[in-house]
Amino acid sequence: MSRFVIPLVLFVILVVFLAIGLRRDPHEIPSPLINKPAPAFKLSQLKDPAQSFSAEEMKGKVWVLNVWASWCFSCREEHPLLLEYARSKAVPIYGLNSKDKPEDALSWLAELGDPYVLSVSDLDGRVGIDYGVYGAPETYLIDRNGIIRFKQVGPVTPDIWTEKFLPLVKELNQ
Amino acid sequence: MKRAVSAAITIKSSIAFALLMSCVSFSIVAKEAQPSAADPVLEARVMKLSKELRCLVCQNETLADSRADLAEDLRGQIREQMKAGRSDKEIISYLTERYGKFILYNPPVDPTTYLLWFGPFVLLLGGLLLLFRYLKQRRELIIEQPLSADERQRAETLLRIEQGKETA
Repeated sequence: MSRFVIPLVLFVILVVFLAIGLRRDPHEIPSPLINKPAPAFKLSQLKDPAQSFSAEEMKGKVWVLNVWASWCFSCREEHPLLLEYARSKAVPIYGLNSKDKPEDALSWLAELGDPYVLSVSDLDGRVGIDYGVYGAPETYLIDRNGIIRFKQVGPVTPDIWTEKFLPLVKELNQ
Repeated sequence: MKRAVSAAITIKSSIAFALLMSCVSFSIVAKEAQPSAADPVLEARVMKLSKELRCLVCQNETLADSRADLAEDLRGQIREQMKAGRSDKEIISYLTERYGKFILYNPPVDPTTYLLWFGPFVLLLGGLLLLFRYLKQRRELIIEQPLSADERQRAETLLRIEQGKETA
Protein backbone atom coordinates (compact mmCIF):
# COMPACT_ATOMS: atom_id res chain seq x y z
CA MET A 1 0.00 0.00 0.00
CA SER A 2 2.68 2.49 1.02
CA ARG A 3 4.31 1.71 -2.31
CA PHE A 4 1.59 3.84 -3.88
CA VAL A 5 0.91 6.25 -1.07
CA ILE A 6 4.41 7.75 -0.88
CA PRO A 7 4.72 8.62 -4.57
CA LEU A 8 1.16 9.94 -4.51
CA VAL A 9 1.91 12.20 -1.55
CA LEU A 10 5.11 13.41 -3.24
CA PHE A 11 3.17 14.08 -6.42
CA VAL A 12 0.51 16.06 -4.59
CA ILE A 13 3.19 18.13 -2.83
CA LEU A 14 4.82 18.81 -6.18
CA VAL A 15 1.51 19.83 -7.72
CA VAL A 16 0.78 22.21 -4.83
CA PHE A 17 4.22 23.81 -5.14
CA LEU A 18 3.85 24.22 -8.88
CA ALA A 19 0.29 25.50 -8.59
CA ILE A 20 1.42 28.23 -6.22
CA GLY A 21 4.75 28.92 -7.89
CA LEU A 22 3.52 29.12 -11.45
CA ARG A 23 0.74 31.53 -10.61
CA ARG A 24 3.10 34.07 -9.14
CA ASP A 25 4.35 36.77 -11.42
CA PRO A 26 8.13 36.76 -11.22
CA HIS A 27 8.12 40.37 -12.40
CA GLU A 28 6.41 41.44 -9.23
CA ILE A 29 9.19 42.32 -6.89
CA PRO A 30 8.11 43.31 -3.39
CA SER A 31 9.00 46.96 -2.99
CA PRO A 32 10.98 47.93 0.10
CA LEU A 33 9.34 51.35 -0.13
CA ILE A 34 5.91 50.24 1.06
CA ASN A 35 5.11 52.05 4.32
CA LYS A 36 8.20 54.20 3.85
CA PRO A 37 8.26 57.91 3.03
CA ALA A 38 7.89 58.62 -0.68
CA PRO A 39 11.27 59.84 -1.96
CA ALA A 40 11.33 63.61 -2.30
CA PHE A 41 11.68 65.16 -5.72
CA LYS A 42 11.40 68.52 -7.34
CA LEU A 43 10.99 68.42 -11.10
CA SER A 44 9.75 70.78 -13.75
CA GLN A 45 6.23 70.32 -14.99
CA LEU A 46 5.73 68.75 -18.38
CA LYS A 47 3.25 71.31 -19.65
CA ASP A 48 4.99 74.29 -18.15
CA PRO A 49 8.70 73.58 -17.64
CA ALA A 50 9.17 76.96 -15.97
CA GLN A 51 7.14 75.69 -13.04
CA SER A 52 8.26 72.94 -10.76
CA PHE A 53 6.40 70.46 -8.66
CA SER A 54 7.62 68.60 -5.60
CA ALA A 55 6.24 65.69 -3.64
CA GLU A 56 6.35 67.97 -0.58
CA GLU A 57 3.43 70.00 -1.94
CA MET A 58 1.17 66.98 -1.59
CA LYS A 59 1.56 66.71 2.19
CA GLY A 60 -1.88 66.48 3.73
CA LYS A 61 -3.43 64.84 0.69
CA VAL A 62 -3.90 61.27 -0.44
CA TRP A 63 -2.65 61.04 -4.00
CA VAL A 64 -1.55 58.68 -6.73
CA LEU A 65 1.72 58.90 -8.62
CA ASN A 66 1.73 57.13 -11.95
CA VAL A 67 5.00 56.52 -13.79
CA TRP A 68 4.46 56.67 -17.52
CA ALA A 69 6.21 57.30 -20.81
CA SER A 70 5.22 57.58 -24.44
CA TRP A 71 7.64 54.75 -25.30
CA CYS A 72 5.99 52.42 -22.80
CA PHE A 73 3.78 49.86 -24.46
CA SER A 74 1.69 48.92 -21.42
CA CYS A 75 1.09 52.58 -20.60
CA ARG A 76 -1.00 52.86 -23.76
CA GLU A 77 -3.07 49.96 -22.51
CA GLU A 78 -3.46 51.59 -19.11
CA HIS A 79 -4.18 55.09 -20.36
CA PRO A 80 -7.96 54.85 -21.01
CA LEU A 81 -8.35 53.28 -17.57
CA LEU A 82 -6.50 56.17 -15.95
CA LEU A 83 -8.77 58.61 -17.76
CA GLU A 84 -11.74 56.80 -16.31
CA TYR A 85 -10.27 56.76 -12.78
CA ALA A 86 -9.48 60.47 -13.08
CA ARG A 87 -13.05 61.24 -14.15
CA SER A 88 -14.38 59.48 -11.06
CA LYS A 89 -12.40 62.02 -8.95
CA ALA A 90 -11.75 59.42 -6.28
CA VAL A 91 -8.16 60.52 -5.85
CA PRO A 92 -5.90 62.97 -7.71
CA ILE A 93 -3.51 61.29 -10.13
CA TYR A 94 -0.13 62.85 -10.82
CA GLY A 95 2.18 61.71 -13.58
CA LEU A 96 5.89 61.05 -13.50
CA ASN A 97 6.91 61.13 -17.12
CA SER A 98 9.95 58.92 -17.14
CA LYS A 99 12.85 59.21 -19.58
CA ASP A 100 10.72 60.69 -22.28
CA LYS A 101 11.14 63.46 -24.80
CA PRO A 102 8.80 66.23 -23.59
CA GLU A 103 7.45 66.75 -27.12
CA ASP A 104 6.61 63.04 -27.42
CA ALA A 105 4.95 63.10 -24.03
CA LEU A 106 2.94 66.21 -24.86
CA SER A 107 1.69 64.83 -28.15
CA TRP A 108 0.74 61.58 -26.40
CA LEU A 109 -1.40 63.55 -23.93
CA ALA A 110 -2.89 65.66 -26.71
CA GLU A 111 -3.79 62.56 -28.67
CA LEU A 112 -5.05 60.26 -25.93
CA GLY A 113 -6.27 62.69 -23.27
CA ASP A 114 -4.71 63.79 -20.02
CA PRO A 115 -5.77 62.00 -16.83
CA TYR A 116 -3.17 63.79 -14.70
CA VAL A 117 -3.60 66.81 -12.50
CA LEU A 118 -0.12 67.49 -13.79
CA SER A 119 2.89 65.54 -14.98
CA VAL A 120 6.52 66.17 -14.19
CA SER A 121 9.45 65.34 -16.45
CA ASP A 122 11.96 62.88 -15.07
CA LEU A 123 14.28 63.26 -18.02
CA ASP A 124 17.20 61.14 -16.82
CA GLY A 125 15.15 58.66 -14.79
CA ARG A 126 16.82 59.60 -11.51
CA VAL A 127 13.56 60.03 -9.61
CA GLY A 128 12.39 56.76 -11.16
CA ILE A 129 15.38 55.02 -9.61
CA ASP A 130 14.61 56.66 -6.25
CA TYR A 131 11.15 55.15 -6.47
CA GLY A 132 12.52 51.74 -7.44
CA VAL A 133 10.88 51.82 -10.85
CA TYR A 134 11.89 48.93 -13.07
CA GLY A 135 9.00 48.50 -15.49
CA ALA A 136 6.65 51.32 -16.41
CA PRO A 137 3.80 51.76 -15.80
CA GLU A 138 4.13 51.76 -12.05
CA THR A 139 1.64 53.39 -9.73
CA TYR A 140 2.08 54.50 -6.14
CA LEU A 141 -0.56 55.39 -3.60
CA ILE A 142 0.77 57.95 -1.15
CA ASP A 143 -0.96 59.01 2.06
CA ARG A 144 -1.32 62.37 3.81
CA ASN A 145 1.98 62.02 5.57
CA GLY A 146 3.80 61.23 2.36
CA ILE A 147 4.06 57.51 3.09
CA ILE A 148 3.80 55.05 0.20
CA ARG A 149 0.94 52.70 1.01
CA PHE A 150 0.63 50.65 -2.14
CA LYS A 151 2.52 50.04 -5.32
CA GLN A 152 1.33 48.48 -8.53
CA VAL A 153 3.77 47.32 -11.16
CA GLY A 154 2.15 47.09 -14.56
CA PRO A 155 -1.22 48.53 -15.56
CA VAL A 156 -3.74 49.30 -12.83
CA THR A 157 -6.58 47.09 -14.01
CA PRO A 158 -10.17 47.88 -12.99
CA ASP A 159 -9.97 44.95 -10.54
CA ILE A 160 -6.89 46.32 -8.85
CA TRP A 161 -8.39 49.81 -8.83
CA THR A 162 -11.61 48.78 -7.13
CA GLU A 163 -10.16 46.13 -4.86
CA LYS A 164 -6.86 47.70 -3.80
CA PHE A 165 -6.76 51.40 -4.52
CA LEU A 166 -10.29 52.57 -3.73
CA PRO A 167 -10.64 50.86 -0.33
CA LEU A 168 -7.22 52.15 0.70
CA VAL A 169 -8.03 55.68 -0.51
CA LYS A 170 -11.21 55.58 1.51
CA GLU A 171 -9.40 54.34 4.59
CA LEU A 172 -6.60 56.88 4.26
CA ASN A 173 -8.99 59.76 3.76
CA GLN A 174 -10.79 59.07 7.01
CA MET B 1 0.26 13.18 -37.44
CA LYS B 2 -0.02 16.25 -39.56
CA ARG B 3 -2.49 17.72 -37.15
CA ALA B 4 -0.16 17.00 -34.24
CA VAL B 5 2.68 18.76 -36.03
CA SER B 6 0.60 21.81 -36.81
CA ALA B 7 -0.67 21.84 -33.23
CA ALA B 8 2.93 21.75 -32.03
CA ILE B 9 3.76 24.64 -34.31
CA THR B 10 0.80 26.65 -33.02
CA ILE B 11 1.89 26.01 -29.44
CA LYS B 12 5.44 26.96 -30.27
CA SER B 13 4.44 30.14 -32.01
CA SER B 14 2.05 31.09 -29.25
CA ILE B 15 4.80 30.57 -26.69
CA ALA B 16 7.09 32.70 -28.81
CA PHE B 17 4.36 35.31 -29.04
CA ALA B 18 3.78 35.25 -25.28
CA LEU B 19 7.50 35.69 -24.67
CA LEU B 20 7.61 38.53 -27.14
CA MET B 21 4.63 40.18 -25.52
CA SER B 22 6.09 39.88 -22.05
CA CYS B 23 9.22 41.59 -23.32
CA VAL B 24 7.25 44.35 -24.97
CA SER B 25 4.91 44.91 -22.09
CA PHE B 26 7.75 45.46 -19.68
CA SER B 27 9.22 47.90 -22.12
CA ILE B 28 12.58 46.29 -22.50
CA VAL B 29 14.56 48.28 -24.95
CA ALA B 30 17.66 46.30 -25.79
CA LYS B 31 20.58 48.50 -26.55
CA GLU B 32 24.22 47.97 -27.22
CA ALA B 33 26.22 48.38 -24.06
CA GLN B 34 28.08 51.62 -24.34
CA PRO B 35 31.81 51.22 -24.09
CA SER B 36 33.15 53.92 -21.84
CA ALA B 37 36.87 54.11 -21.99
CA ALA B 38 37.04 57.10 -19.72
CA ASP B 39 38.64 55.53 -16.68
CA PRO B 40 39.55 51.84 -16.89
CA VAL B 41 40.09 51.47 -13.14
CA LEU B 42 36.72 52.99 -12.31
CA GLU B 43 35.09 50.98 -15.11
CA ALA B 44 36.55 47.74 -13.70
CA ARG B 45 35.15 48.64 -10.29
CA VAL B 46 31.73 49.40 -11.78
CA MET B 47 31.73 46.09 -13.64
CA LYS B 48 32.87 44.14 -10.59
CA LEU B 49 30.10 45.57 -8.43
CA SER B 50 27.44 45.25 -11.12
CA LYS B 51 28.28 41.55 -11.45
CA GLU B 52 26.94 41.16 -7.91
CA LEU B 53 23.67 42.90 -8.77
CA ARG B 54 20.62 41.71 -10.59
CA CYS B 55 19.02 43.39 -13.54
CA LEU B 56 15.38 43.84 -12.52
CA VAL B 57 14.06 43.77 -16.04
CA CYS B 58 15.73 40.58 -17.26
CA GLN B 59 15.93 38.89 -13.93
CA ASN B 60 18.37 36.12 -14.72
CA GLU B 61 21.05 38.52 -15.80
CA THR B 62 23.42 40.56 -13.74
CA LEU B 63 23.55 44.30 -14.11
CA ALA B 64 26.93 43.83 -15.75
CA ASP B 65 25.58 41.57 -18.49
CA SER B 66 22.29 43.28 -19.16
CA ARG B 67 21.68 45.70 -21.97
CA ALA B 68 18.29 46.80 -20.72
CA ASP B 69 17.78 50.53 -20.37
CA LEU B 70 17.35 50.34 -16.64
CA ALA B 71 20.54 48.32 -16.23
CA GLU B 72 22.43 50.99 -18.12
CA ASP B 73 20.95 53.69 -15.92
CA LEU B 74 21.80 51.79 -12.78
CA ARG B 75 25.35 51.23 -13.96
CA GLY B 76 25.45 54.96 -14.59
CA GLN B 77 24.28 55.55 -11.03
CA ILE B 78 26.92 53.21 -9.68
CA ARG B 79 29.59 54.95 -11.75
CA GLU B 80 28.46 58.38 -10.56
CA GLN B 81 28.41 57.36 -6.93
CA MET B 82 31.83 55.75 -7.19
CA LYS B 83 33.15 58.97 -8.68
CA ALA B 84 31.65 60.77 -5.71
CA GLY B 85 33.76 58.52 -3.47
CA ARG B 86 31.10 56.21 -2.11
CA SER B 87 32.09 52.73 -1.01
CA ASP B 88 30.67 49.56 -2.58
CA LYS B 89 28.76 48.92 0.62
CA GLU B 90 27.13 52.33 0.54
CA ILE B 91 26.12 51.88 -3.08
CA ILE B 92 24.64 48.46 -2.38
CA SER B 93 22.58 49.85 0.48
CA TYR B 94 21.46 52.73 -1.78
CA LEU B 95 20.17 50.19 -4.28
CA THR B 96 18.59 47.78 -1.79
CA GLU B 97 16.72 50.69 -0.19
CA ARG B 98 15.05 51.25 -3.55
CA TYR B 99 14.80 47.85 -5.15
CA GLY B 100 14.93 45.52 -2.18
CA LYS B 101 17.20 42.57 -1.55
CA PHE B 102 16.05 41.15 -4.82
CA ILE B 103 18.67 43.25 -6.55
CA LEU B 104 21.45 41.27 -4.88
CA TYR B 105 22.50 38.47 -7.18
CA ASN B 106 23.87 36.56 -4.21
CA PRO B 107 20.95 36.29 -1.83
CA PRO B 108 21.98 37.26 1.71
CA VAL B 109 21.38 34.78 4.52
CA ASP B 110 18.38 36.07 6.45
CA PRO B 111 15.08 34.59 7.69
CA THR B 112 13.41 34.98 4.29
CA THR B 113 16.14 33.01 2.55
CA TYR B 114 16.75 30.29 5.14
CA LEU B 115 14.76 27.83 3.05
CA LEU B 116 16.83 28.70 0.00
CA TRP B 117 20.15 28.34 1.78
CA PHE B 118 19.44 25.42 4.07
CA GLY B 119 16.61 23.64 2.24
CA PRO B 120 18.94 21.53 0.09
CA PHE B 121 20.87 20.38 3.15
CA VAL B 122 17.63 19.48 4.92
CA LEU B 123 16.63 17.45 1.87
CA LEU B 124 20.06 15.78 1.81
CA LEU B 125 19.77 14.92 5.48
CA GLY B 126 16.27 13.54 4.94
CA GLY B 127 17.52 11.47 2.02
CA LEU B 128 20.39 10.08 4.07
CA LEU B 129 18.03 9.21 6.89
CA LEU B 130 15.69 7.37 4.52
CA LEU B 131 18.64 5.57 2.94
CA PHE B 132 19.95 4.56 6.36
CA ARG B 133 16.56 3.27 7.42
CA TYR B 134 16.17 1.34 4.19
CA LEU B 135 19.59 -0.27 4.47
CA LYS B 136 18.93 -1.22 8.07
CA GLN B 137 15.60 -2.77 7.16
CA ARG B 138 17.19 -4.61 4.30
CA ARG B 139 19.90 -6.06 6.49
CA GLU B 140 17.26 -7.32 8.86
CA LEU B 141 15.49 -9.05 5.99
CA ILE B 142 18.55 -11.04 5.10
CA ILE B 143 18.78 -13.60 7.88
CA GLU B 144 21.12 -16.53 7.65
CA GLN B 145 19.00 -19.63 7.93
CA PRO B 146 20.51 -23.11 7.94
CA LEU B 147 19.40 -25.33 5.07
CA SER B 148 16.98 -28.07 5.84
CA ALA B 149 18.07 -31.66 5.20
CA ASP B 150 16.01 -31.76 2.04
CA GLU B 151 17.49 -28.52 0.67
CA ARG B 152 21.01 -29.67 1.52
CA GLN B 153 20.51 -32.87 -0.46
CA ARG B 154 19.21 -30.93 -3.49
CA ALA B 155 22.17 -28.57 -3.34
CA GLU B 156 24.61 -31.48 -3.20
CA THR B 157 23.00 -33.11 -6.21
CA LEU B 158 23.25 -29.88 -8.17
CA LEU B 159 26.89 -29.42 -7.21
CA ARG B 160 27.70 -32.98 -8.22
CA ILE B 161 26.14 -32.42 -11.65
CA GLU B 162 28.15 -29.20 -12.13
CA GLN B 163 31.37 -30.98 -11.12
CA GLY B 164 30.61 -33.80 -13.50
CA LYS B 165 30.23 -31.27 -16.34
CA GLU B 166 33.53 -29.61 -15.50
CA THR B 167 35.57 -32.82 -15.44
CA ALA B 168 33.95 -34.08 -18.62
